Amino acid sequence: MNTNNSVGIVATQSFTFADDAPMQLDSGETLGPITLAYETYGTLNPDRTNAILILHALSGHAHCAGYHSSDEKTLGWWDDCIGPGKAFDTNKFFVICSNVLGGCQGSTGPGSINPKTGKEYGLNFPVITVGDMVRAQARLLDHLGIAKLLAIAGGSMGGMQVLEWCARYPERVCAALPLATTARHSPMLIAFSEVGRQAIYADPNWNRGDYYDGTRPNAGLALARMIGHITYLSETSMHDKFGRRLEERERFGFDFETEFAIESYLRYKGERFTERFDANSYLYITKAMDYFDLCNGHRNLAAAFANSAKIVYLVVSFTSDWLYPTYHSKELVSALTAVGADVSYLNIKSSWGHDAFLLEVETMTGLVSNFLDRIVNEFGVK
Amino acid sequence: MNDKTNLRADLRAVAELIQPGEKVLDLGCGDGTLLRYLLDAKQITGRGVELSEEGVLTCVRKGVSVRQGDLHEGLGDYPDDSFDTVILSYTIPYLNDPAFIMKEMLRVGRRAIVSFPNWGHWRCRLSFLLTGRIPVTPGLPQPWDTSPRARPLTIRDFGEFCERHHVRITQEIYLQGAHRVPVRRDKNLRATTAIFELV
Repeated sequence: MNTNNSVGIVATQSFTFADDAPMQLDSGETLGPITLAYETYGTLNPDRTNAILILHALSGHAHCAGYHSSDEKTLGWWDDCIGPGKAFDTNKFFVICSNVLGGCQGSTGPGSINPKTGKEYGLNFPVITVGDMVRAQARLLDHLGIAKLLAIAGGSMGGMQVLEWCARYPERVCAALPLATTARHSPMLIAFSEVGRQAIYADPNWNRGDYYDGTRPNAGLALARMIGHITYLSETSMHDKFGRRLEERERFGFDFETEFAIESYLRYKGERFTERFDANSYLYITKAMDYFDLCNGHRNLAAAFANSAKIVYLVVSFTSDWLYPTYHSKELVSALTAVGADVSYLNIKSSWGHDAFLLEVETMTGLVSNFLDRIVNEFGVK
Repeated sequence: MNDKTNLRADLRAVAELIQPGEKVLDLGCGDGTLLRYLLDAKQITGRGVELSEEGVLTCVRKGVSVRQGDLHEGLGDYPDDSFDTVILSYTIPYLNDPAFIMKEMLRVGRRAIVSFPNWGHWRCRLSFLLTGRIPVTPGLPQPWDTSPRARPLTIRDFGEFCERHHVRITQEIYLQGAHRVPVRRDKNLRATTAIFELV
């Protein structure tokens, strides 16, 4: 365990609300009680103005920095960018990250026990939206006594939550960092979501979501994850990382064993994923992403940000990201510019595909820390 | 804080045209030097547009609000009259369609300020005559084959361009190095840099 520039060993906490009055969801249904798992790093300053909310992507969780134990493997998913002296500097900021509503890593989701039946919700869990995730996070911030966030940041689905925050709670946000994301989930993204879901439905162990007492639909979930991983890479990064290399054999086996390095990588990632992720959560969260469209109910995207023009934005995209291509970010920047918002934008040159937002650490560190320095100045954080 | 005396002479001349508290858009803002100076010295609200990743990163380091992008595609996002001044400093030689950009600048801003190195300067003319090589200006000393490619223009070219496109010149400033050149008939021979305010 490397404790240099690390927040060290941290523990996940949880907050439960909506036990008396259930929370209203975008679908029209209600849900309660709701538990959110969350972690915090750094110290909240006396006037409570240095809080930064980190929002995770599809498969992420509340543990974004430090370790859960002395085991190296328990490192947080964005530890490269969160910690003392890092992009999100925990010496200066109070950093919060929570597992999304519908998730399976401490927060209430389809795998949680339905208090009405005493059994897991399964498909009886109401369909949730990115808006619902954000509404639940707002309750967590109320609980933590944070009226206004200095910044909110996230990549991919985390970026969607960032944008949803800006649209829903503009008065609670000083600065927003939507990274490698989109303001509306595209047909191609929906297509990939659906292929992933079909992989789960096709697994006989899925049993229409009712599998918690038996064998889990791991084959389906692993396949969904493999498809996902392909979309997070780029052709170039696959060439660089795997090429046509064979694993554990010198020449072709003329059989159907795993032989190419890329095959073995995807298989490994798929299998590992089933150890920590619930197939039903995968369905619910991908569905929430598919529903995400900030334009919905507005004349155009700019109109969606009409009340969010006072937030200072840093939008970042990556040149090789074909899942959330640059033009999605440019569309967002155009809309923010049209409403007169202060928006900075950079399309970072990278060959890592969508994963670049986690991997281009050096560029991101400079960019984000400098941007946050300016925000600290402009909003007078002590 | 930037010391005004450290500012390049042409940027200093541009800065002198800006009133405190203005809303300023700098197209092709490079490393953000001018905007940073104006933020400190004139308390402006500033926005920059810059093509290079390096330039954008430097701007952000200086606390300047900057969008990466191509002027031709990016200017259209700004609403009419959303800025007091739109600056095009040493960028016009790089534009593919200067007439379009000029029109957009005057749509987005109440006024435009354009500065460029003058290839009409006598040294450039003499150098071309004597050496037979495309001259470089002291203000933009890059050889013809470096990227991005710059297209030479002179004060006379720009004057005619403005006339053709019905752009009114409301102020003109000419510099030879750091010194002002009087506005006279021989300015195109004597000035190394020209700065225009346009409406």
